[in-house]
Amino acid sequence: MNCREALKQMHAFFDGELELARTLEVERHMNECRECARALRSQTALRSALRDAAPYYRAPASLRKRVRSSLRDEARAEAPARPASWRWLAVGASLAAVLLLAAALWTLTRGGFGGGRDDQIAQEVVSAHVRSLMANHLTDVASTDQHTVKPWFDGRIDFAPQVKDLAAEGFPLVGGRLDYLNNRAVAALVYQRNKHLINLFVWPAAGRGEGERLLTRQGYNAIFWTGDQMNYCAVSDLNAAELQQFASLIREPAQPAAPNR
Amino acid sequence: MEKGTTRTRNELASFEAAVLTHLDAAYNLARWLTRDESDAEDVVQEAMLRAYRFFGSFRGPDGRAWLLAIVRNTCRTWMRRNRSPEFMSEAVELDEVEAGGMTPEELLIRNADGEALRRALEELPAEFREALVLREFEGLSYKEIALVTDSPVGTVMSRLARARARLQRSLAVGAGAEVKA
Repeated sequence: MNCREALKQMHAFFDGELELARTLEVERHMNECRECARALRSQTALRSALRDAAPYYRAPASLRKRVRSSLRDEARAEAPARPASWRWLAVGASLAAVLLLAAALWTLTRGGFGGGRDDQIAQEVVSAHVRSLMANHLTDVASTDQHTVKPWFDGRIDFAPQVKDLAAEGFPLVGGRLDYLNNRAVAALVYQRNKHLINLFVWPAAGRGEGERLLTRQGYNAIFWTGDQMNYCAVSDLNAAELQQFASLIREPAQPAAPNR
Repeated sequence: MEKGTTRTRNELASFEAAVLTHLDAAYNLARWLTRDESDAEDVVQEAMLRAYRFFGSFRGPDGRAWLLAIVRNTCRTWMRRNRSPEFMSEAVELDEVEAGGMTPEELLIRNADGEALRRALEELPAEFREALVLREFEGLSYKEIALVTDSPVGTVMSRLARARARLQRSLAVGAGAEVKA
């Protein structure tokens, strides 16, 4: 093994990520070559400096308390609703309100997680998503312009879905179409994330709604939530983290940006 | 309703055991990413609630990596909402010249104090910083870091190498400047 190769493998070696045979080769080289051994030693020095001298920030006791109490509030909200202190939700107080109501309704209307109704609708949205990809009928109106897609729904359905432009956030709009879910016509907005397509189904909410839920069916992730008297469901083969990011972008009220700090 | 309350209590207990125990790790990551105490607290608070809501989708065994991924994600959303963008694109990263860490001043690094280290670490681009924090402070493997940051393992490795090279350089430069002054 030459120096170039040894230095290339050095970090993996140093982090214990090399397989045994490679480890032995790097080791042998480090024993023979002063220059490379020095580079490796400086890695060790850096690591000890980081671990010994750089600050590791432990959560302050006040934060621990705050988190625990908000979790208890959240849990309690799932039992019959009672007023909870949600001052803690500095960001998204409106979301908290939806969640509290949702959780109350939740306990009234269903037995537990993964109950029958969610199962059924998750299955339905995943099927609708798959169908939209297979049947070559992804969009009725293909446009990246929210002002083209939104009016297209006028007169075709009995509600006006919000259409957001999230191109800047890396979720460009692809178009929209009509679909049929849960025994009614719904708006399907199609967004894209790299190579993944996202169907966002929107239809009016009958009840007061439920909080955000993530369900996984056949390798597809689906996130449900309710807001502005609408039910939303985002479904995609995108990973859960990015789909959650998408959901929170959609959900974010169109408000003036918070003042910069 | 008794039954529902019991389920909730059980769920909260298992959440606390699997996830809340990693509060320090969550805060440390958020603190390094936001570089601000109160921002970090807000992010952790939000991330914990998110984690609790999504706990139903958590399939163990590693509550820490799972939580850290949520913290990291919340950080990014939060910073996009409240600050100018900081996470850089891969294209910029490719321009970075690999210095190789060939001639760092070992002694200077070894003697670097906490303040100099903190400053050097905070000056790293966010992608480098998070990889290094997860590796050195949390001891995560490349694979775990790849999961948390949603990047390929090869990218994790090159980010770590570059982060270390930069850190060594800026520590050496910083110490050199002080000597000259």
